Amino acid sequence: MKIAVAGGKGGTGKTLVATNIFYVLMEEGQQVELIDCDAEEPNDTLFFKGEIMHHNDVLLKVPEIDTSLCVFCGKCKEYCNYNAILMIGFSNYIKVIEELCHGCGACTAACSYGAIREIDRLIGEVNQYRISQHALLTEARMRVGVYSPVNTVKAALKLNPEPYMQIIDAPPGTSCPFIHSVVHADYVILVTEPTPFGLSDLKQTVETLKGMNKRYGVIINRVDVPNNEMTDYLKKENIPLLAEIPFDRRIAEVYAKGGLCAQQILAYKHQFKNIVHFINQEICK
Amino acid sequence: MKVAITSTGNTLESTLDQRFGRCSFFVIYDTDNQSVAYIPNPNKEISEGAGPASVQILAENGVHKIVSGDFGLKVKPLLDSLKIQMIVVKDVQKKVSEIIQSLSH
Ligand code: SF4
Ligand code: SF4
Repeated sequence: MKIAVAGGKGGTGKTLVATNIFYVLMEEGQQVELIDCDAEEPNDTLFFKGEIMHHNDVLLKVPEIDTSLCVFCGKCKEYCNYNAILMIGFSNYIKVIEELCHGCGACTAACSYGAIREIDRLIGEVNQYRISQHALLTEARMRVGVYSPVNTVKAALKLNPEPYMQIIDAPPGTSCPFIHSVVHADYVILVTEPTPFGLSDLKQTVETLKGMNKRYGVIINRVDVPNNEMTDYLKKENIPLLAEIPFDRRIAEVYAKGGLCAQQILAYKHQFKNIVHFINQEICK
Repeated sequence: MKVAITSTGNTLESTLDQRFGRCSFFVIYDTDNQSVAYIPNPNKEISEGAGPASVQILAENGVHKIVSGDFGLKVKPLLDSLKIQMIVVKDVQKKVSEIIQSLSH
């Protein structure tokens, strides 16, 4: 079973939910893996200690142009769909902009002068830690200045070949990295906040998931006063409300210290267990 | 010498466009003969790489100086390596004609 936890544009409490769900599953003795796919700013490792089991470098083949062989014909530039090659013919200037290069290899195939060779560029890393006998934490961490975390995220998602249950902490937004993180999920938990901004962000994520034919439910975090607009929307769209996490200072305090509220506050342990239970039933439906 | 100004429109009364890679028009002003040309920016809507693609256009047009609001981190080293000078103007009200005036002094 794979559960992805998504939080729209970010800052809604996605990490809080992912880490606590992972914790209650781990405590039940399940074989479970938490995968932090928020590769631009992974932070799940702040909440768990473990011994490192694997370290992978994520590499991308990028072109290197030998200007002594290049005749500045411009063919490589023409073949590049990503504007990653800059060439000014009359000043004999050519340059690969590595941040934009997707490593597709088209330029190398296009060059008839043997001026391009491919070199490995380090674009990210994946680290896996053993948290308990049956629980693993896998972290995707991309390098700064890389065009996209997608390859690093993909590497993290497939690191563990064993049939573990997976909790996927998805990257923010609704673009490629997000899609790759949720595409194999059996269920997606959407974490949102009871604000107008939260609602419009939620709608956008829901639209994306509809297109992907996913099952999903919503957790509203930091609920102070009930927000009818949001609950009305969920009713109208027939989206299950998995939980409302109250605006509780204790949660923020535990979280800030790198703690888990499901471990330290009994009420939340029950709440997270119920969420898992509900999702289990939904998936088996 | 050719100077490019990122502009919101294709007239001299248009204001400076703050976005370098995604500006609406490039105004190319030639200080030698005071001629003005307007190039619509084809990279306005592309999802990534608008900055470098715009550098490409201007460099091919023989521009040596660019006036814009914000160049972005990817663009600066490229312009440096091409020896194209960047002039940052933060005033959104500035008209192209006013910038051209100040260039001629
Ligand atoms: S590998 Fe692909 S993306 Fe990279 S520079 Fe070559 S053609 Fe462009
Ligand atoms: S295709 Fe080859 S020879 Fe032509 S510009 Fe590119 S690197 Fe140079």
